[in-house]
Amino acid sequence: MLSQYAFIAIFAVIAFALPVIGLVMAWFLRPKKPNPAKNATYECGMETIGDTWVQFKAQYYLYALVFVVFDVEAIFVFPWAVAYNKLGLYALVEMVLFVFILLGGLLYAWQKKALEWH
Amino acid sequence: MFDYIRNFFVNLGTSWTNWLNSFLPEPAVTVVNFLVIGIILVMMPVIATLTLTWMERKVIGRIQNRIGPNRVGPWGIFQAIADAVKMLVKEDIVPDGADRPVFNLAPILIAAGAALLWAVIPFGRGMVGADLNIGVIYLVAVGSITTVAVIMAGWASNNKFALIGAFRVVAQLLSYEVPMILSIAAVALIAGTMSTMGVVEAQQVPFALLMPVAFIAYFVAGSAEVGRAPFDLLEADSEIVAGYFVEYSGLKFGWFYIAEYGNLFAISAIATTLFLGGWRGPFSHEVPALGPLYFIIKTILVVFLLMWIRGTWPRFRIDQMLGFAWKVLVPATLANLLWVAVILKLPVPQLVQWVLMLGGNLLIIFIAATMLGRAAKRYAEAHNLNPASSAV
Repeated sequence: MLSQYAFIAIFAVIAFALPVIGLVMAWFLRPKKPNPAKNATYECGMETIGDTWVQFKAQYYLYALVFVVFDVEAIFVFPWAVAYNKLGLYALVEMVLFVFILLGGLLYAWQKKALEWH
Repeated sequence: MFDYIRNFFVNLGTSWTNWLNSFLPEPAVTVVNFLVIGIILVMMPVIATLTLTWMERKVIGRIQNRIGPNRVGPWGIFQAIADAVKMLVKEDIVPDGADRPVFNLAPILIAAGAALLWAVIPFGRGMVGADLNIGVIYLVAVGSITTVAVIMAGWASNNKFALIGAFRVVAQLLSYEVPMILSIAAVALIAGTMSTMGVVEAQQVPFALLMPVAFIAYFVAGSAEVGRAPFDLLEADSEIVAGYFVEYSGLKFGWFYIAEYGNLFAISAIATTLFLGGWRGPFSHEVPALGPLYFIIKTILVVFLLMWIRGTWPRFRIDQMLGFAWKVLVPATLANLLWVAVILKLPVPQLVQWVLMLGGNLLIIFIAATMLGRAAKRYAEAHNLNPASSAV
């Protein structure tokens, strides 16, 4: 099994090297003639107005929060799913309870209109 | 001779390893093999781009009553190669005020993320880069790299359209990751393993037939994750020009393009592996060399289905899309997960379990469809729409 992870490590190095090699190759081939008009931000031919880096709308944080709850749940569900056949009935009962607590959270967010777009 | 061809790819690998062994020490052979397999797998997104762009343009051309590319080579098959050469020699423009390191890192990260998925996808019996015991979690984890890269690109471009694209990515990719994880968890539950090879071995019946809910949820979530129509709000060319990669040009744009098609191919390959029986098919046990063929055929069929959907569906609005993920897909996949868990503990023969799983799934689909229909009717009444034209 350790050699499988060694493969993943080598593969990750190759996977990151390929785009870098491509970009270096393109660097040798492509023309380099920048000018101010070319480097301007492309916003439909208009001069850009105001600051670009504005704050995220709060709505996105609500989705991110609900997501975090369910993503942490995934870490718990996968080991449970793999070991399920070796576990007794309590595994089922415990997961049903867990999912219902989660569902409660989802319904709460739903009721609070966190899932509506304002 | 026939025995060699019967399991051609694995035997070829064995012969290659034996040949290397004749003049190299043992650890060096392993490293060389890893490098060769790694380079083949890392090229998968590039191969996918060169073939699938041509296929997509032809398929969508046919759907829209056009011919599609037909000038470069017979039936236009060299169109993608011509595009690749063009991208390689285009000038690279970094806009004023862009966050340069992040701007340059984003295309590298997204291309690497698309390639990394291929490490655990099994092409046939014994034909997998690394048979990890946490294979499906690896897929979910590596799949999330795309989200980070897209946010980096949108934020670093110093462009309002790109930033809007990045905002939408946060909401869309995060929301659709949840039903995706839950449907994959149901697969791990039935198979009793997270190794992708193990999942394929466990599919005496394709899991899509046992759990249509999980398959549909994965399919929808997958097409949202790769950001294709009808879920292409991140790039929505008619609203925000091209979204997060509007400022990219040359090969940096090319890597985004390659990652998009690589992810499309990978999502289809994962759907095939987890739900459609992977490399299993008639005679695949007697003639293992047929496995990769079945795998590619099934994957191309899923890709075709995604292209068909792209060619015929209008784009969703962001609130409709997020509502669908949280209010329909998440409860449905949770119900499916619990139902499968309950069925697996029932002391009945396997065939009865399968029938019960399918029955429960059909019930979930029926309830979800009824509730969706009612919601649509309420929406139409509230907005004074003609019910006949706005049904569904």
